[in-house]
Order: sequence, then structure tokens, then C-alpha cells
Amino acid sequence: MIYQNERAIYVKIADRVCDDILSGKYQEDERVPSVRELAAEYEVNTNTVLRTFDILQRDDIIYQRRGIGVFVSPGARHKIRIARKQEFRKHELPEFLRRLRLLDMTIDDVVKAWKNNKREQ
Amino acid sequence: MSYILRTPKRKTNMIDVQNITFRYSSKSEPVFHNFCLQLEQNKVYGLLGENGTGKSTLLYLLMGLLRPEEGIITVDNADVSQRKRATLQQMYIVPEEFDLPQMRFTDYVATYRPFYPAFSDDILHRCMDEFHLPLDARLNQLSMGDKKKALMSFALATNVRYLLMDEPTNGLDLPSKKQFRKVIATTMTEERTLIIATHQLHDVEALLDHVLILQGSKLLLNASVADLCEQYTFDVRSNDALTDDVLYSERTPQGNATLSFRQPDDEETPLNLELLFNAAHKISLTANSPD
Repeated sequence: MIYQNERAIYVKIADRVCDDILSGKYQEDERVPSVRELAAEYEVNTNTVLRTFDILQRDDIIYQRRGIGVFVSPGARHKIRIARKQEFRKHELPEFLRRLRLLDMTIDDVVKAWKNNKREQ
Repeated sequence: MSYILRTPKRKTNMIDVQNITFRYSSKSEPVFHNFCLQLEQNKVYGLLGENGTGKSTLLYLLMGLLRPEEGIITVDNADVSQRKRATLQQMYIVPEEFDLPQMRFTDYVATYRPFYPAFSDDILHRCMDEFHLPLDARLNQLSMGDKKKALMSFALATNVRYLLMDEPTNGLDLPSKKQFRKVIATTMTEERTLIIATHQLHDVEALLDHVLILQGSKLLLNASVADLCEQYTFDVRSNDALTDDVLYSERTPQGNATLSFRQPDDEETPLNLELLFNAAHKISLTANSPD
């Protein structure tokens, strides 16, 4: 069993930028922090942040305006949410269901917890 | 401030160590024998190695402070041992231990900045600010750690193309190490090469572009972090997961810290520099040499 399989730093930073786009900290067509600002925030090499920007640009989450900065693409939030849902269905949900069975719990327990949780919110 | 995304650049070897041999006295064993190394621009190098493998010696050789008995070291095509002004204007070393004159930092800066034509007040102020040091600090009243932070601020502000640091985080407390990483992350420019010799692997892990490990006057490893992470997986496993693809593993309270060949479909994992360092001393790692 592999206990810990961390993701590469540039991927983790991409995840954090996506978190901030989802939460609305960076709005669409708004500027995201520069390479240097992100490098300082996460205490990493600037080339690491360049790789982060590479993959975010490839996935059309951000776009570059030469000499001005890097901006959130229109529709980025929607795209991130779809990608994360897929991720959830593929990895977290099967693991969650596996554990339910392992612990002899039923889907009714989950529904009950879901309703309680909703009431609290 | 620029936001330029990665653009292909013409690569040139900026520091070229060609077949050098060096020994401290004619009777002693050579520290380096027929040693070669190329260092490129715009990279952060981690120079690692056990005690006495010649890390500091190599830094002094690169600076032209020591001279090889055979071979030549060129910096931007000029022989460093000739100590030409044009070369020295572009180089700075922060030694592991040093003394500073009894004066205020501002006077120190005024005295030594004329040697460095690209000196930047902006960088100086940002660094001293990040380190929470006053610009007019009296150098003889600073602690060792604060002296180091002041000299590193000056070093970064010189804006030289080649900056060498010998154990920069020794003597720094935890918050200062964090400040050090922030300062390095923000002041690295496209035009600069930084070479950090250190034992404090965790302090610099996320800052490096390239890893050099010295042993017995040879390079045990000379590989970019990108290549290493592409070729190897660093993870933590249970005993039954120590399969054939595992190259090296160490027992830890969390499980076996493991270095293995990365499968093409696997996601990349972050570099574990300490594990890599230990592995390199036990087995031969054949990561691609720099392209």
C-alpha cells in the first residue's frame, strides 16, 4: 500500500490557484498574482510557478496578456468545477463507498448525515 | 515586473569547469582530479555532498579565489583565475563564515557598491525589509544570523550574474529561513545563476532547478529537478508495496520512504532531496545529464 503519494509542487500550486478562482478571490478576467508573487508566497523556484502557469494556460484556466499580466479565463470557474467533479467521481467517491462497505454502513446512514449536515448549514 | 511565460531560449554554458585538478598542498591528495562541470544561466543549483567533498573549495575555485594546478575555469568565456574586472563585477560569494567591518550597514553599502555596476537599491530595500533589519544597523552589534541576512541582502542587491552561497541557512532561525526562501524566490531573475552549497537539504529543496552531488572529487549526480521528477517517484509505502521498481527505501515512522522508477502514466511527485541524496550514495542514479 502506498501511504503517501504527494502531487508535484507545481500541480499543488495550480490547485491552490484554482481554489482561489472557485472561491471568487480571483474573478474572471481579473489579474492573478505574478510568477514572482506566487513564488514568494509558496517559497518555491520561479520556474516551478512557470510550470503551474503552463498547465493552467493549457487547460484554459488563465490567459496571458503580454506585458500586463496573467488573467482568469472566462468560464474558468465552470471548467474547474467540472474537472473537480470528475476527479471526485473517479477517486474520492469509490474510496468513500469502499469504506462504507468496510465499516458495514449503508447509504441510509449517509442520507441521514447529509440531511443533518444540511440543517446545520 | 514581467509576466513572461516560458519561452525557448538559446542555451549557452556560462560557467565552464574544464578538467581541473586542485590540491591544497603538493603532498596532499587532490580535492579535484580532472573535474568537469558546466553551469547554465537562469538556474538555481544545489551543490550537495558529505563533509570534506570539496563544496566550499569548488565555490572558491569558481570565484577565482583558488587556482587549479591543471585545467581552466571560464566564466562567460573569460578565465576566472585572471580575476579580470569585467568578470569580478558579475560574481559574488557569501561565505559560510565571515567578519564584517565595524560600521553601519549603510556605510558598508556605500563603500562596496561601486564595484557592482548593476547594484539595485530596490532589491536591497526589499531584502532588508523582508529580513526585518534596519538599513542603518551597526554591523558589529548584529548577531551572526543577522549579519548573514545583511550580507545576503547586499549580495542579492549587487545583481551579479553569478551568486554563490556557502551554507546560507546555517545560523538562521526558522522564521529567517522562511524569509530567506521568500527573498531568493523573488529576487531570482532570468539573468542570474545561483549556486547554493549546503547540508540543509530541506531549507532549499523547493528552490532548486538542478542538483549536483559531489563525492570523492567526482560528481555523483548532475541532474535537473525536472528530469529527476520525471524519472523517479518519491513516496511512502508499506512493506508489502516494496516492489521490484523500488530503487531505494528507508524506514520512517510514516512507512518506507521510497524512491522508485516512475511509470509513464503516474503523476509526478515532489522531489525528496534527502532521500535522493542518501540513495545517490548507495546506488548509481542515472538521471539524464543537463540538455
